[in-house]
Amino acid sequence: MIKRLTLLLLLAGIGSLFAGLVMTYVPDETLNLTASYYAERTAEDLGAANIVTAIIVTYRGLDTLGEVTVLFLTAAIVGLVLSQSRGRSQSTGRTQDNMASEDELTPPPTTQRQLPPPGELLTTGTRLLLPLILLFGAYVFSHGHLTPGGGFQGGAILASAMLLLLLSNPARRFGHRLITLVESTAGISFVFIGILGILLAGGFLDNRILPTGTFGELFSAGAIPLIYTLVGLKVGAEFSSMLVSLSETEEL
Amino acid sequence: MALIAMITGFLLILIGLYGALSNRNILRMIVAFSVANTGVNMVLVAVGYMKGRTAPILDEAVPAAEAAARIIDPVPQALVLTAIVIGVGVTALMLAYAYKLYQKKGSLDISEHTELKW
Repeated sequence: MIKRLTLLLLLAGIGSLFAGLVMTYVPDETLNLTASYYAERTAEDLGAANIVTAIIVTYRGLDTLGEVTVLFLTAAIVGLVLSQSRGRSQSTGRTQDNMASEDELTPPPTTQRQLPPPGELLTTGTRLLLPLILLFGAYVFSHGHLTPGGGFQGGAILASAMLLLLLSNPARRFGHRLITLVESTAGISFVFIGILGILLAGGFLDNRILPTGTFGELFSAGAIPLIYTLVGLKVGAEFSSMLVSLSETEEL
Repeated sequence: MALIAMITGFLLILIGLYGALSNRNILRMIVAFSVANTGVNMVLVAVGYMKGRTAPILDEAVPAAEAAARIIDPVPQALVLTAIVIGVGVTALMLAYAYKLYQKKGSLDISEHTELKW
């Protein structure tokens, strides 16, 4: 009882702080200095139609590299924590979740809980939707400089294709090797393009190592589509590896 | 309009904090944290909104010459894009640790896990 009262008091305090913020909030009438610089210079300097993309990939590209690194660390830690616990549970014999043969579908051993087979509708639906989802993901991250979207969103869409595969057959096991390969190749290429920016253009991750092209076309805005494609592949691989790690904890 | 979004965002933060502090189940706490995270993102996007302006994407409707007078602030949007992605990573980490805790004690009740209690 006293706990709940303290909690409510705490929330009332934070709530009054928030109320003060909302009461005194006056929306800006004009863009501030940074934002108006981005608004005025993006089209001319970088040739990108989507200003948010220009900020993320070029103006604040180093931050994006850091963000991708944080995601990579997260995926690595999730894999580490879950694989350790899997190894322990194997040694104590609490679960028999040890069919980690790479790249192929292993049928669940007969001693374990039998899953009902995935229905015809789900199997066919997965087969139909999977290429479309992958195509849409690729569209979203390759058009990041023109439309709302980009590498992170496209990568999440790619990972949703992986989620659909896992939902349609929870016993399916994926090899971590392909995911790791895609992820590390994309990451190294991202850094490599950044260094090319130092050598050929104005600085690290400068997108003008390629011609900026015609404003508003797919092959424009210099290296932005290239970088965002790499980010998309990397984010997709990282989310997929998290999904696969989490799904492997399922005791079949 | 921005005010409604902002108030909703702050309310979501409060709901999330209440849920995280009042529930004993770790999974419910993780859900509550996700709700609070969404609230923070909503508040940030609402701060960038400006009345009568449009999305920061240049095309025929928003020529580059008058962009500064026609678009909303793109910086909070870029910030929230980052925050959403990091939020997903944090949620995945919390879920992984929750699984680990469950494996150790066979329970997701936070009061069973007393190692760090003092």
